[in-house]
Amino acid sequence: MIELKDVGKVYNASDGDHRALDHINLTIADGDMFGIIGESGAGKSTLVRHLNLLERPTEGRVIIDGVDITDFQGKELRELRASIGMIFQNFSLFQQRTVLQNVMFPLEIRREPKAQNAERAHELLRLVNLDDKAKRYPSELSGGQKQRVASARALANNPRYMLCDEATSALDSRTTMQVLDLLADINANLGVTMVLITHSLAVARRVCNRIAVIDSGHIVEEGTTDEVFTNPQSEVTRELLGWGSDSASDRADGGDSEGGER
Amino acid sequence: MAEFFDNYGALLAQGTIDTLVMTIASCIFAYVIGLPLGIWFAVTAPGGLKPNTAVNTVLGWIINIGRSIPFIILLVAIIPFTRLVVGTSLGVPGAVVPLTVAAAPFVARIVEQSLAEVDKDLIEAAHSFGSSNAQIVVKVLLKESLPSLVRGAAITFVNLFGYSAMAGTVGAGGLGDIAIRYGYQRFQGDVMLAAVILCVVLVQVFQSLGDWLARSIDKR
Repeated sequence: MIELKDVGKVYNASDGDHRALDHINLTIADGDMFGIIGESGAGKSTLVRHLNLLERPTEGRVIIDGVDITDFQGKELRELRASIGMIFQNFSLFQQRTVLQNVMFPLEIRREPKAQNAERAHELLRLVNLDDKAKRYPSELSGGQKQRVASARALANNPRYMLCDEATSALDSRTTMQVLDLLADINANLGVTMVLITHSLAVARRVCNRIAVIDSGHIVEEGTTDEVFTNPQSEVTRELLGWGSDSASDRADGGDSEGGER
Repeated sequence: MAEFFDNYGALLAQGTIDTLVMTIASCIFAYVIGLPLGIWFAVTAPGGLKPNTAVNTVLGWIINIGRSIPFIILLVAIIPFTRLVVGTSLGVPGAVVPLTVAAAPFVARIVEQSLAEVDKDLIEAAHSFGSSNAQIVVKVLLKESLPSLVRGAAITFVNLFGYSAMAGTVGAGGLGDIAIRYGYQRFQGDVMLAAVILCVVLVQVFQSLGDWLARSIDKR
């Protein structure tokens, strides 16, 4: 279980402080496929980076499986991160490593025996159906294949949690569905709790069981996918769904909703 | 033609060897000093793995000062230091020390540039798997920038090759020295031309070798 308690994040910039997250309270239960939706700039990528401390909160606590990890440093922090898989919008595969070497990277980092690593990596590549590409380089793969390799890599350390930062945003709709099905599969069959960051309602609706909507650093709505889609409580969600009183088309111009009623 | 080679063949061969020894040796030593310096410079840069403005600024000064001193001045100015290191300021050893000192800051700079080109997303991904900074330097920064580092090494090599022409000043010989002594001072244009052609050919060969190597290891 992942808990965020009153998490806030303020960036100090030369032109004044910028508040990216404000009083975030979230609980992600084991087995969840938890979607965090919001417009670009809403703070969702910042939020997900607090779960493995790629970003550190300036306020509040991050608690994983009952352990307060907020102040983890050094080895403790690295081991925590290793136990949480992560995939990224632009795949972030190492260009100068083969597919197999990419999947082995997280194991290599933990200094696991090499022969065992290769075996484990092949096993993961079979899981994502790409073992035949083991010796290829990322530049030789399609976008969907890259994200599947990245998913295999994220699973290398048998994580209990997996963070997906706009994992399908760079993919076309057909490949998006394939990758989403793979993630749902990992969630269902391996019992990996997923946190999915996306700006796409369709993506969240297809695979998530719970959804939080974030806007300007605030969680404006949280509930089961059905609740959020059928009975949205906040103006922001209604607008995202295209139900807004002042019509959805206005949202395209950057989504500056400061002052919007919530 | 045959007569020319009888007279000057041995001279040109020795010059080629001297030039190559000077260039290769100083290139290796320049990397021994410049590579760690360049890594340190990149790591402490703003937005780097471990930003440190004070260290980075000082390193920047050292590197820039080193790069701005004209080689012919450096060659003479550090003679006491050269003597301290190799016991003489003359000959090939006497040239390798100043060549190394001149090239190390250049190497540091191009290494830093190569490392800075590595996609920040990859560094973040490596962090997300629990990598330490040292692991990121070796397994991500150096690994991902290897083709670029090889191209940088080829440039360094060619630069040192050019600098080594001035090593004749301290009696280290080499092709540049032959070209100056025979061509410029004795008006033996044919010897000068032969030395210059050898220089051109060698530079082409090493540059092409570097380009080929960089291309063949680049998997992007």
